[in-house]
Formats: sequence, C-alpha cells, structure tokens
Amino acid sequence: MLNKYPLWKYLLILAVLAFGVIYALPNLYPDDPALQISAQKATSAVDERTLKTAQKALDKAGIELKAAELTSAGGTLRFDNGEDQLAAKPVIAAALGDSYVTALNLVPTTPDWLASLGAGPAKLGLDLRGGVHFLLEVDTPAALKQRLEVAASEMKSALRKERIRYRSVAIKDGVMSIRFLKDADRDLAESLLKDQFDSYLYRTLEEGKSFYLTVEFSEAEQKEIEIYALQQNLTTLRNRVNELGVAEPLVQRQGSNRIVVELPGVQDTAAAKRIIGATANLEFRLEAGLDANASDTETLTFRNGSGRTAQLEKDIIITGDSVSDANSSFDENGRPQVNISLDSKGGKQMAKVTRSAVGRNMAVVFIEHKSRSRFVEQEDGSLKEVRRSYSEKGIISLATIQTTLGNSFRITGLDSPRESSELALLLRAGALAAPIYFVEERTIGPSLGAENIQLGVTSAQIGMLVVMLFMLVYYKAFGVFANVSLILNIVLLMACMSLLTATLTLPGIAGIVLTMGMAVDANVLIFSRIKEELANGLPSQQAIHSGFNRAFTTIFDANITTLLVAVILFAVGTGPVKGFAVTLSLGILTSMFTAIVVTRAQVNLVYGGRKNKRLFI
Amino acid sequence: MKVTNIPFMAMRKIVAMFSVLLILISIGSLATKGLQFGLDFTGGTLVEVKYDEAPNLDDVRAVLAQNNYSDVVVQNFGSPTDVVVRMANSYTATLGDEVLVTLKEGDKVGVSLQRSEYVGAQVGEELREQGGLGMLLALAIVMLYVAVRFQFKFSVASVAALAHDVIITLGVFSIFEIEFDLTVLAALLAVIGYSLNDTIVVCDRIRENFRIMRETEPEALINESINQTLGRTIITSMTTLFVLVVLYLFGGEAINNFSFALLVGIVIGTYSSVFVAANLLLAQGITREDLIPAPKEELEDELP
Repeated sequence: MLNKYPLWKYLLILAVLAFGVIYALPNLYPDDPALQISAQKATSAVDERTLKTAQKALDKAGIELKAAELTSAGGTLRFDNGEDQLAAKPVIAAALGDSYVTALNLVPTTPDWLASLGAGPAKLGLDLRGGVHFLLEVDTPAALKQRLEVAASEMKSALRKERIRYRSVAIKDGVMSIRFLKDADRDLAESLLKDQFDSYLYRTLEEGKSFYLTVEFSEAEQKEIEIYALQQNLTTLRNRVNELGVAEPLVQRQGSNRIVVELPGVQDTAAAKRIIGATANLEFRLEAGLDANASDTETLTFRNGSGRTAQLEKDIIITGDSVSDANSSFDENGRPQVNISLDSKGGKQMAKVTRSAVGRNMAVVFIEHKSRSRFVEQEDGSLKEVRRSYSEKGIISLATIQTTLGNSFRITGLDSPRESSELALLLRAGALAAPIYFVEERTIGPSLGAENIQLGVTSAQIGMLVVMLFMLVYYKAFGVFANVSLILNIVLLMACMSLLTATLTLPGIAGIVLTMGMAVDANVLIFSRIKEELANGLPSQQAIHSGFNRAFTTIFDANITTLLVAVILFAVGTGPVKGFAVTLSLGILTSMFTAIVVTRAQVNLVYGGRKNKRLFI
Repeated sequence: MKVTNIPFMAMRKIVAMFSVLLILISIGSLATKGLQFGLDFTGGTLVEVKYDEAPNLDDVRAVLAQNNYSDVVVQNFGSPTDVVVRMANSYTATLGDEVLVTLKEGDKVGVSLQRSEYVGAQVGEELREQGGLGMLLALAIVMLYVAVRFQFKFSVASVAALAHDVIITLGVFSIFEIEFDLTVLAALLAVIGYSLNDTIVVCDRIRENFRIMRETEPEALINESINQTLGRTIITSMTTLFVLVVLYLFGGEAINNFSFALLVGIVIGTYSSVFVAANLLLAQGITREDLIPAPKEELEDELP
C-alpha cells in the first residue's frame, strides 16, 4: 500500500529521536560557576581535608556553597551564581595558601543518570566561554644553529686531538664551514669527522688558496632536531599550563613549528599570559669553600623538600640556556645519572671553571621567575589583590667534580632513577630547546563570552520562530510536519555536537541558525513537488509518493555539494570558522534525515493507507 | 504558488549584460580600492573595551596619544559604550592590560576588557593564502562533482555562477569598505555552498526535463524548468533571508559582517541560479545528447 512505513521503520525513527533527546538534554542544564582547586606540587594533594578547610573559610565569610566534590584533577566547589564565585576566590586562596592553585571555572551540571550514559553538554569555544588563545612559534632555525654550534666545538676538539691543522670554523645559514690551508689536511679531517660524526653531510670546496670542508645536517637529522625542539617546548608549556589549574587546557602542535595554547574559561587572562610567558632557568654553581667570604655566598635549600641546605658561591658558571640536551641513564655501577650536553660557549666556560675545581662540589640550581598574587585584608575588611614578582631558587643536585668538565658531562650521586629522569626532564623543560615567540593572541573577556551566548541564543530563537511561522502559513498541515522535523533537527544536531565533543562557537551558532533556514529547503522541495503533482491531476496518495521520490535526488545532490564545501571550510579554517563548518556540515546531515525520513513518517501516519482525501498543503 | 510562465530566457541578453556590468564594477573596485582586510589578514593588535558610560571617542584618542600610543584607530563597536582600539603591529603579551589601565586612569570611569587580539603579520599572510586556496579548492571540487553527477557543461555553468556570486559579493565589500575578516571568508564559502544548492536544484530539473520533454527546444525547456523550480527557489531564499536578517539584527557586532556577507551572497546567489547558470548552459549549446548517453556500440562484431 502507498505511503505506509513498516513498524520497524517507525521504531527506528523513534529510537534515533530518543537517542537525540538524551544526548541533547545536557545542553539545557546551565553550567555552575565553580572554583577548581588543584595542588601546586605533587606533594600536596587535594583531599577531603582540603575541601573541609575551604568550606569552613566560606562559612566564615558568609558565602553560600552549592556543592563540593573531589575530582580526578583536584577539587571542585560549585556556587549558585557568579558573584559568589568571584567573592569566594580570594577567600579560598587565602585559606589554602600557596601550595594550591584556585582557578575560576564553569562546570557542567549534567544529572548523574545522563552522565552515566556518556552524555554531556557541547564544548563551548573561547568566544562563548571567555579565555585565551595563543599561537606560539618555535624558532627552529635558532635550534638548528644551537646544535650546529655544539657540533662545531666537538669537531674542533676532535681535530685538535688528531693534530689536524685548520684555520677557522664559521657557521652561516645552517652550514658550518671549516677552512684549511692544505687540501691534505682537509682530506684527513674529512675522513676523521665522517668516521666520528656520521649524522652530517660533508662537502668539499676550494676557493682561492683555501680549502673548505662544509658540514651540515642531513635532512632527516634536521627534521629530527626540529621535532625535538618543538616537543621540548610543548613539554615546557604543558608543565606551565598545568600550574594554572585550568580545567580543559589545550597545548597542541600546529604545523611544523607552531604551538597552540588555549585556556578556556580562564577569567584572569593577565595571570595566564604571565605564566605562559614566564622564564624558568638553571644555574650551575660551585659550593662555597670554607674560607669563602660571606658576601660572595648564598645559602639555598634543596628542592626535594628534605630541608637540606648548602652554601653556594654567588658566581654562576653557566645557566640552563647553555644546556642543549639532557637525558637520564645508568653509570657502569648501575647507579642513576644524568647526561648533560652544553653548547659551545657553555662548554668552554664549564671547562675553564672546573679545571681548577676538581674535587669540589658543584650545584645545579633551579630558578623560576614567578609572580604571585596575594589577597591582603584591607582596613575596611575587603580583600585586595596584591601582585609580587619573585624568583624561586632551589638546589636540584650537589655533586663532586671528578674531572674537568667539557661539553658533555654527567651528574651522579642521585638517589633514584626517578630522580635522575626528573632532573633530566627539568633540565630539558627548564631551558626551552629553541626560542619561542607569540605570533597570535586572542583574549576574550568572560562578559563578552556570556554576551555572545545570549546573542546567539536570542537570534536562534527568533530565527526559528520566523521560519516556523512562515512554513505554517504557507504549507498549513504540511508546515506542521516540517516544523516538527525542524525542531527534531536542532535536537539531533545538538546531540551530535555533544557526542562528537565538537566545539560550539558564535559563528557555529550562526551556522545552526543558517541551517534552520536551509533545513526547511528539503521540505520545500518535496512539498512543491507534491503540489505540482496534484496540479497535474494525480490523486493525493500518488502525489505524496512521487513528490517524495522525485525530490530525493535533487535534495541529495544539492546537499552533498554543500557538504563538500563545508568540509573544505573545516579543513582550511581555524577557530571560530571551524566551528561554523562543523555545525553547517552536521546540520546538513541531520536535516537530510529529519526532512526526508521524519517528515515522511509524519505524513504517512496522518495520510498514509487511507482513501485519497484533500491534502492541507 | 502556481507554476509561472515568465520568459526568463528571453531576457537573457539584458541579464547577461547586467551581470557582466556588476562583475566589471566589482573587479574595478577590487583592483583600485581593494578589500578592507581585517586584523585576521593584515596582522596587528586590537583591544576592545566596554565603558560603563559612553565615552567621547576624541577623549579616548587624546588619552592614548598622551601615553605614547601612536598610530591608533579608535572606533565604536556595535554600541556607544563599546570601543575598539586598533594598533599597528607592536605587540607585547601585556599590551591589552596596559591599554586598559591607561584608559581607566584617563577616564575615571568603569572600563572592562572585552577582548584583545593580536595577529602576527606572517600569520595574517598565511591566513589570506589559506583562505584563497580554500576558495579555489571548493570551486574545483564542486566542478568535479557536478561534472561526474551531471555533465561537464553543467559543471562550467554552475562554477561560473559561483564565481559570479563570489566576485560580486567581494565587490560589495570593496565598494562599501566593509571589513573583510575570517568570518566573512567563512560566509563567502557558505555562499558558495548555498548558491550551489540553488543552482543544482535548477540543473536537476533541466536534466529531468531533457529526459521527459523530448520535443521541446532547449531554450523553451530551460525556461520551463526555471519556472517550475521558481516557487521553491523563492521560498527557500525567503526562509534563509529571514533568519539572516534576524542574525544581522540580533547576532551582535561580532557576526555582523558575517551575516551581511551571507545576505548579499544569498540574494546574488538566488539571482544567479535563476538567470546566470541557465544562461551559461544555453550559451554552451546544451543539447539532449549531452545528457542522454549515446546508444551503445553493437557488441556483436567483437564476438567470434
């Protein structure tokens, strides 16, 4: 019989719709303003006690707490409104002290039964949530140059050791050229270096009376160094971002030499920028002798929290800028050690100092330039934020110098393999492998984000109303079918956004609004076909049947081409534009389902299987 | 809506001249005035602040000038209390806050930071290149798809119609000196998608009619097809324009240019799918044989 769906089809449609409703539902629950508490150091964890302390402080200040819970990332304190949240931050920060980081955040309020089904609200983009977006560029040529300089000094000492006479070594544009006066020397050098340093490309060159040997990185090696530099900086930045206690930070590589850092929901953007841009460094210093003048020395504590201190000379041998690489391994006795490579300048300096200091202790000091905000109680009882810049110094290791140290040496006397690998990591993380600079930055204040949501929701509502009214007036009963499909389309679209954890942005909302305008297109196509067939004198059942069938290829072709464009938009776009592409392409897919299948189901339910009667179209 | 019988194809010469004229004006403006590229593409720094009370922009400029911010452009953004400060490319991580502090001290009223953006010159250039490339890629893929699904002449006609829409929309942005940023680029790509949607619907009908109406001449057939789809074209354009007007009015300043680009693009896209694409099909001398596969060669000869 015409225009009847088998039962299973109705059930399938119902199942899809139920699924859509469940996964779209969490978006209706507004986020709670919250404070996220996380531990600054691994030694201090967030537990029940921490939450109790916080709760007490809030009680005292008369701020109402909605809920407190422990999460995998630390603790979350929920509040009823943004004002309470803002007022609570200084109170909590003062109560918990420096070992905890408190960050303002918005947390979802998805009910447990929905959360247990894996449903959650769609992720909001920075333009809706507020926050910062940085694009940092890693200066890879500088990293290459650094590495080449290290290689140059190693090669020079190898040449000297074999008594091969060279005149000069120069590095320019990623190529090192060694000048010789005799070609015999050059040839000797070539075979020696090729033997000892096999990861480079060697070329010979004659110019006037000089003979040159040029050395450069092979393409593979160059790539590896670039990747290494990028990875190192990623690690450093991740460590720093973790310090911020942001809920869902993004630190991601983009392209061959860029890093994106996104900190959604960060409301104190200035602090975020300070920390991302902060400089941590290392210093290598000698332990002060017993006869040292007190004004030349400084007493520092160890970082491991043992409370041990050591008196160090104020003179710095080298800083972490000179560390080009560090990794942990074991010495011949199976004890942990850290191998350190210095660049040429650092190596020279290190050799000069340690030559006359064999047998003395050398300390590795970790310095962090930080700024901290404290909340100080004013005379009138209010809390005021005071910012202070300071540097934190701590000794990582103190070890005896066994012999003159050069470009590469090792630090032993470490307690455990864990300590050695941590030290290596700190050494690497402390010194950025390559200079880094900001190439793009977008900061969106929290009020603008809220404003954008408001604007987006308002225009979506009005847009939907207008379209629905129009369809109702123009297509009457069929307009109702189209409108039901339109609503379900939005529900399905939101469900897909949530399921794919796609990011919703303001242009994304615009995409949804635009989809509404376009989603009815498929129904318009079908309905005008039905009208046409009716005008051609077909009975109503046949008209419905052939209307749907004949409109299908048109709808399919038209939507696929639009989808292709949306996918390209997704591929070339960034940030907000990507958000638009996501909603547009998902909207096309869901609208094809609702406009064709769901509308048909409704039409079939109402008109199908009956005698031909007048259609309200 | 009754199926109309408007002689679209009789107007084709006038319409073609109109389109050519619009394109020439657009290209002329693009060549002489160029586009008012936004921060995304030029690189630079922008700080948007919100005042509690509407400030006098001259005062804001004076305060900034006093504090050695030269080369700044101060404008209202959407409302009299929202102010955008654009600066030439000199960036530090704290610039946004510095400007905010300067403004706060200068005016003694509540000022809050809405957003600050910095785009490096190189990034801007890359985004520009990427955008242009994306646009060309979109056109190429569309051309390929239509050539496969329909026929090559359809593919030329629809891509030319899309290029027509894009050039004229760009022309409008150039003539009225409206800022062209990333969101506008996105809108332009959406226009390609939308206008294509429209064009395909018309083309689809032409293809279908070539199969059914065997006796009709191509010109009359195309005219008939356009008239048959006209109702749908207008209704869909109308619902889409409704929501775009809503977006333009209620969507806020941030997507104002975006919705404007879509509005312009969709008006032109609707026009082009009715007039331009069909016109071009006819100009290429489309015939029934182009769509209906030639009868297969006799196979018997190959058999032993």
